[in-house]
Amino acid sequence: MDFGRISRRHLLQGGAALTLGAAVGARPAFAAETTIGFIYVGSRDDYGYNQAHAQGAAALKKIPGLKVVEEEKVPETDAVEKTIESMTNLDGATLLFPTSFGYYNPHMIKMANKYPKLRFEHCGGLWSDKDPKNAGSYFGYIDEAQYISGIVAGYTSKSGKLGFVAAKPIPQVLRNINAFTLGARLANPKATTQVIFTGDWSMPVKEAEATNSLIDQGVDVLTCHVDGPKTMVENAARRGAFVCGYHTNQSPLAPKAYLTGAEWNWEALYPKFVKMIASGESIPNFYRGGLKEEIVKTSPFGEAVSAEARKHADDVKAKFLSAEGYAIFKGGLLDNKGKTVIAAGTDRGQKDPELEKMDYLVEGVIGATS
Amino acid sequence: MADGSIGFWTVPLAVLGGAIRVSTPFLFVSLGECITERSGRINLGLEGTLVMGAMSAYGISYLSGSPWLGVLAAGITGAMLGALHAGICSLPRVNDIAVGIALMLFGTGLAFYLGKPLIEPTAPRLPAIDFGWWSDIPQVRAALRVNVLFLIGVALAPILYWAFRTTRWGLLIRTAGESSDAARAMGHSVLLIRLRATMVGGFLAGVGGSFLSLFYPGSWNEGLSSGQGITAVALVIFARWDPLLCLWASLAFGGAAALGPALQSVGVTSGYHLFNAAPYILTLAIMIITCSPKRTLTGAPAELSITR
Repeated sequence: MDFGRISRRHLLQGGAALTLGAAVGARPAFAAETTIGFIYVGSRDDYGYNQAHAQGAAALKKIPGLKVVEEEKVPETDAVEKTIESMTNLDGATLLFPTSFGYYNPHMIKMANKYPKLRFEHCGGLWSDKDPKNAGSYFGYIDEAQYISGIVAGYTSKSGKLGFVAAKPIPQVLRNINAFTLGARLANPKATTQVIFTGDWSMPVKEAEATNSLIDQGVDVLTCHVDGPKTMVENAARRGAFVCGYHTNQSPLAPKAYLTGAEWNWEALYPKFVKMIASGESIPNFYRGGLKEEIVKTSPFGEAVSAEARKHADDVKAKFLSAEGYAIFKGGLLDNKGKTVIAAGTDRGQKDPELEKMDYLVEGVIGATS
Repeated sequence: MADGSIGFWTVPLAVLGGAIRVSTPFLFVSLGECITERSGRINLGLEGTLVMGAMSAYGISYLSGSPWLGVLAAGITGAMLGALHAGICSLPRVNDIAVGIALMLFGTGLAFYLGKPLIEPTAPRLPAIDFGWWSDIPQVRAALRVNVLFLIGVALAPILYWAFRTTRWGLLIRTAGESSDAARAMGHSVLLIRLRATMVGGFLAGVGGSFLSLFYPGSWNEGLSSGQGITAVALVIFARWDPLLCLWASLAFGGAAALGPALQSVGVTSGYHLFNAAPYILTLAIMIITCSPKRTLTGAPAELSITR
């Protein structure tokens, strides 16, 4: 099956039919063979990372003529290659979304080289010119939303001590911790963030222990970067602490304790990708965006958020949405060992690839990356 | 203290709190496995039973609104899985370890399948008893919020110890475990004894699972157990099939699990992978100290397929 020629023609027809079909009523608009494969590392309904992607996949299912195949709990090993093989050869998938960080290199790269006519879209990887052209990586600057959460947390915390339950010290996680801390220090220059690494993406007992230990240390606002924030949110709320969510909106779990949260907006991005293919445009191999590009969003404010915090957060959000944008990581930035990590005078804009290699924790974070 | 922090005192307090909070599933599974193994059979499937127990407890608690009904449901589910294990093992030339591994995969798989719709809803939880009323330090109060299941587990350990030594039932279980010929000569059905012992073991493991989903961490998700059932089965070996030692071993494991996060929270951040591995290092250390190449494991029931 030639995705480049035949399917694109079908997709073109489909794209045209979609606009017409929307008015006339549902009629299979895309070619029947247009199948999209989604691969998740965990469970599809984990109230977190994988659920956010599954919501994006669900948005695609609503488009007539598209078939979505999904497989969950695929480990970041050569198991993902087998899944890709079966999705390609058995289900006829022509567009694949391996959504977990560890799938990218070497597994997805290998598959993209083996099947040059398929399209691979990976979440979180760092596509470079050396990688195959039929592969792409997309990711959202969710640190923008974490920065907003940080501002709200900084205003809400009475002790000035914030807590962060993190899985592993990889760049994306460190960037979130740093953005959250920098945001909090806008509101309260003395605020600190205590970080605890649990060692893996889904460790409910460790996450609960980490939450309790942080609260024992006087932390009164917590957030996290693990696959399923439910454990942290519920346990923190039970102890009377406030929380900022992650991945999806967890406010139904703790309506009183939930301040705001950093959420993915894949249900806006994935249909955009499909439309780009349908209209013959190619998806940029390196696709990034934040609040402005509608790849990430913030949860609505909870009732405990003060008017002052709301105003400050909304002001900063407006700057992110503005044409000139807003840099979180600005020059004259020290890490928590006192070393200058960004020299004075250089602003690292959100699209700066240097930020995706982050290996430090900024001043104000209590914790270490190793 | 002004900012509500208790500094380095967090660590011993977290270890104490962890011993109370985290140890309960270990305790129930290891006591259950202790009964099963004393009767001469190993049920490795308790990891699956634990997860099934957690799922069914959460589901029943959510549907009925009563967490205690959930605990009961978890126990019954566990007993049924135990009966399945014992039933298959009653057939001639069936290896109990292989059946256990199969049931472990079956139990976790079935629980994940049936538990899909339970990840999102929030079920009523088991209540806690506040043993920290005497203290006005919130951290101490939080650490001493104890669940009844933990107390039942703690009481169960000496009761079992006593029952194995002095009751007729304890003697029968031990006879079946030490010499099935002797039990048969006395006119008892070894298979029936083992069936009952495995069902009781499964019941306890299921109840242990209900603690995970209904008290701490307190919600159902697929990573909930992360191998605690299998760890608890191993605990029985290093507790030398002694219920009282099972209690201490479970407490030590619970405390050790809390050590990693607690040390990070007070700023001991280097080598957190090492501290997170504390429970396993503890197991290795105890195994090395207590093992000897000159003799077999003391206390091991003679009929176990690994010692026979």
